[in-house]
Amino acid sequence: MRPFLAIATALIVAAGSLTVASPSLAQSKSEIVIGVQCDRTGPTQIVGTVYCPGFHDYIALINSKGGVDGHPIKALEIDHEYKVPPAVESYERHKKDGAVTMAIYGTPQIYALAAKLTEDRIPGTSPGFGSAAAADGLRYPYIFPIAATYWSQGAAAVDFVKKQMGGSLKGKKIAYIFYDNPAGREPIEVLEDLATKEAFQLKIFAVPPPGVEMGAQVLDIAQRYRADFVIAHLFGGAPSVSIKEFKRVGYPLRKVVSFVWGSAEANIDGAGGFGVAEGYYVMQFAGVGSDYPVLNEIREMYKKQGKEPPKEMASTVFYNRGVLVAALHVEAIRNALKAKPDGKITGVDTKNGFEKISNFTLGGLVPPLKITNTDHEGGGLVQIWQVKGGKFEKVTDWYAAYQDVVAKHIKESGAKK
Amino acid sequence: MIQRECGVLKTTYEADMGLYPLPIAKWTVAALGVVFFLIVPLTLHEYYLSVANLVWVAVIGALGLNILVGYTGQVSIGHGAFMSVGAYTAANLANRLGSPWPVNLLAGGLMAALIGAIVGIPSLRIKGLYLAIATLAGQLIIEWTINHVTFISGGVQASIEVARPRLGPMVLDTQRDMYYFLLVFVVLAIVGTMNLMRSRIGRAFIAIRDQDIAAEIIGINIFRYKLLAFAISSFYAGVTGVLYTYFLGIANYEQFQIGVSIDYLAMIIIGGLGSVLGSIFGAIFVTLLPIVIRYAMEAFGGIFFSPQTVLNLIPNLRLMLFGALIIFFLIVEPEGLNRLWRNIRSYFRVWPFAY
Repeated sequence: MRPFLAIATALIVAAGSLTVASPSLAQSKSEIVIGVQCDRTGPTQIVGTVYCPGFHDYIALINSKGGVDGHPIKALEIDHEYKVPPAVESYERHKKDGAVTMAIYGTPQIYALAAKLTEDRIPGTSPGFGSAAAADGLRYPYIFPIAATYWSQGAAAVDFVKKQMGGSLKGKKIAYIFYDNPAGREPIEVLEDLATKEAFQLKIFAVPPPGVEMGAQVLDIAQRYRADFVIAHLFGGAPSVSIKEFKRVGYPLRKVVSFVWGSAEANIDGAGGFGVAEGYYVMQFAGVGSDYPVLNEIREMYKKQGKEPPKEMASTVFYNRGVLVAALHVEAIRNALKAKPDGKITGVDTKNGFEKISNFTLGGLVPPLKITNTDHEGGGLVQIWQVKGGKFEKVTDWYAAYQDVVAKHIKESGAKK
Repeated sequence: MIQRECGVLKTTYEADMGLYPLPIAKWTVAALGVVFFLIVPLTLHEYYLSVANLVWVAVIGALGLNILVGYTGQVSIGHGAFMSVGAYTAANLANRLGSPWPVNLLAGGLMAALIGAIVGIPSLRIKGLYLAIATLAGQLIIEWTINHVTFISGGVQASIEVARPRLGPMVLDTQRDMYYFLLVFVVLAIVGTMNLMRSRIGRAFIAIRDQDIAAEIIGINIFRYKLLAFAISSFYAGVTGVLYTYFLGIANYEQFQIGVSIDYLAMIIIGGLGSVLGSIFGAIFVTLLPIVIRYAMEAFGGIFFSPQTVLNLIPNLRLMLFGALIIFFLIVEPEGLNRLWRNIRSYFRVWPFAY
């Protein structure tokens, strides 16, 4: 038995080292490496299991078209289970493998890596999470939110409610129900500012972690406070629970608008399906649905390989976000290669590449962001969609609101330092 | 610690209490010192040092928890929170008063010791699982406080950026600098724990663990020593929190949640309760094993599956393998890796004979 085991192990080791070695010989121009962090197994796996395949599919599409200026892109992924130490480890591993840009995933992770990214001069993206103050490109030169931060989302939500209320919020009652963690509390200061500005009443309702118990809060909103509109900012399984609870107490879902992490097919399905959530408004930082040219190209690519398109594509909200983040990374690399045609780009070049992204829309899937060296958020654009007749239907086009208020808060948080 | 010995031939109390029972022990320690202070940091790539740094942070935390759980027999599920107490104390001091890191480190540790002793008060009345729940309450209360009191958390984001530690004109910002920085404290923690455990205090802890009523009868002040155990253990936790904060450059509320407390408990149970070496083994095991499993699967996964499937399989299989290996090691040796190591050592001491 023992000699057999030894031989088998030796063979496996040999085979393993061969497969590792072979792909690097294939291409002539140098590979460009992106470090991708992912959570397919941790508390936010409903996002990760769809978001990360979206990321890789876009990279595969770019490579099938010959890469960026002939340079193939390699997206190295490490799953960190939403824990901080593995995120540190995977960051260092990606750095060792020569990553020139990093797609970080998770709020605690981007906080933990912010100092390192800045010291090592590698740009890291935090789409839709992380600190809203990171939109300030001068203060955080290497952190790129590249999607609407929670402050912008809060401002956009108030603007949307205002339009729904017929153009004035004076004397109206708005409830803000949120997951009681730093990310959930972050937009409160912006909302409070807007409450004074627009003269509406704001009441906040905290849902303690793990966010599966909010009967009391919802009942309070619906029957004691009698809110005219609800802004919801929940994560993980909590949005599904909130939809069920609002339904149970008979509060109309067409008076609820959710932030970006309570707005996917998975959240609706968890609440009992699209039939239950009819009327629910959701905010998006990437286009929803499968009707975009880039998604057709991905399906084409799979067809050419003789494969079915992956089932993750059906969950369009998170999948499209993965495509969006990958596309922005590739654009940054493209811009960097334009500035340095020899292909020897570093993190500094991709940082400059990110800051040149402007009006790159990918057929409507990506908002017309304009990322500059001062604004790493790119304008804070969102779309509102609504659950209607079994699917998401677009209600507004890309827009941002109260940018002066958001800018004021970014400035204040910079001054506090 | 790692040395072998042959018979018990001690004639004095000094010899019995000696840290190095045999001359070879001194040489082993010296060799380890050379390896970890010179060979490892000067030859390995920064990536490996970053992994080592994560291990060092875990070692200090695990040692601290082992003082409480392994040596004194008081269960705590609140160590993640004690770390956050240290982290936020240091971060606030550094940012508000601009105090240097040694001051912050000490203050963070002392503050955690104070809070830990307070959370430990229920241990005077309750034991075992009940105490575990009481410390769990401590964890949740501290988490809640940091989340809601902006004076402590420095704003609703509950994260405070901290400048890198300085040593004279040198700023410790690379992984290699951090490696030395952390290693010094690992050595201090190990030596501290070993010495603590052969002192009067350490023996009192062990007496309380073995039978607290008997300990009281032989004259140990249970009240004092249980709280002291909580304080010392939390001091380690606080120091871990401060070091982690300096390592990352930020104190963040979500780095010290309940999952961290459970991870540290896992480390000392896998490594071996009530042993210094066990804490080290446990910290290494829990930190390194997922990484090693991933490397192995990255190498072999491509043989059997397509790249997309591999990406999806790796994290899931890794969790399963990690769990399976924990069960495997605990079944092979319920007393942890430390006992396993001792068994191997005693086997080879008489090798090639059976007894």
